[in-house]
Amino acid sequence: MAAEQKLVTWPDEIYDVFKRLDIRQVAYVPDAGHTRLIKSCEADKEMQVISCTSEQEGVAMLAGTWLGGERGALLMQSSGVGNTINLLSISLECRMPLVMVVTMRGEWGEFNPWQLPMGQKTGAVLEEMEVIVYRVEKAEEIGPTTYAAALMAFNTGRPVAVLIAQCVIGFKDWSK
Amino acid sequence: MSSGHMDRRDVARKLLAARGEALIVTGLGSTCYDSGAIADHPLTFAFWGGMGAAAMAGLGLALAQKKRPVLVWTGDGEMLMGLGALATLGTQAPPNLSVVVIDNELYSETGMQKTHTGRGLDLAAMAKAAGFERSATIRTEAELDEWIPKLYKPEGAAFVAIKVNDARYPLTLKIRDGSLLKNRFREALLGSKALE
Repeated sequence: MAAEQKLVTWPDEIYDVFKRLDIRQVAYVPDAGHTRLIKSCEADKEMQVISCTSEQEGVAMLAGTWLGGERGALLMQSSGVGNTINLLSISLECRMPLVMVVTMRGEWGEFNPWQLPMGQKTGAVLEEMEVIVYRVEKAEEIGPTTYAAALMAFNTGRPVAVLIAQCVIGFKDWSK
Repeated sequence: MSSGHMDRRDVARKLLAARGEALIVTGLGSTCYDSGAIADHPLTFAFWGGMGAAAMAGLGLALAQKKRPVLVWTGDGEMLMGLGALATLGTQAPPNLSVVVIDNELYSETGMQKTHTGRGLDLAAMAKAAGFERSATIRTEAELDEWIPKLYKPEGAAFVAIKVNDARYPLTLKIRDGSLLKNRFREALLGSKALE
């Protein structure tokens, strides 16, 4: 397991994408899957990293980020998508870019049944709200997909979400 | 009934007259209409929805524009929906950010139901506990006159709850299209870079 973890590079690839796209503000509600990316962003003096009490705060903050002439991104877990729904109206009504990078729970070897209602519907709910959704199930596709999604969001003023499948992140095995 | 005696439009006139270089974000509802009725401005972004969003939008803006004073101007109901945001703002406390809550202790858009500030909840005390360096509840014109210049000085994050009466005014919005508001704000702030 330790050897396998050393091969994980996708959080660093997302960080590289953020740098290439000049993302300066990162809002997050922590998820285990985002631990490494959050650490990388916090270590970067050019980034302002804001811990939010709820995901909707991040959506609202990034509206201010864009009004102020900077670019931002929001990191969260699938359950947090439910907390963002009404405030997605900001991006939709004002045609402001919104980049959400979502680590999935409740779909692949999940041990906690409370994660299933939101995890099973995360993509559908976002699409119903007219967020452009990219689901990624292979680690090597996470970096390029995040780049393409974020670039499109900034160039076209649309909300996008990259959903990182739980099969990439792994799960706690409670059967033992 | 509100415990406040000042009129929200008198407060708004004083607040806007002193704005100088400030960037302003309003919350939905009455503060949004106050802004439209008294002095619409390219550097005022008025939310007409997204209840609970104003304070956090102010934070993102204050972090992006550290040299400009940023004022969040919202109502008690809108602020109460974003109490988590008050916690996040308090812990960040950018020195160029001030939050002004026009507190009539009522949800005046939806039938004048009481908000928690009408039941004794003290927003200024909550802000102080969250980390705002300067915080106060304002009830008189003298206090208002004393505080307004302070709100536009980047001397530490400030929070004020301004108690007003229950007067209601007609819905006044100069611009209803969110995309236009955003483009107008960005162009006024960033120049041609905004439209690249």
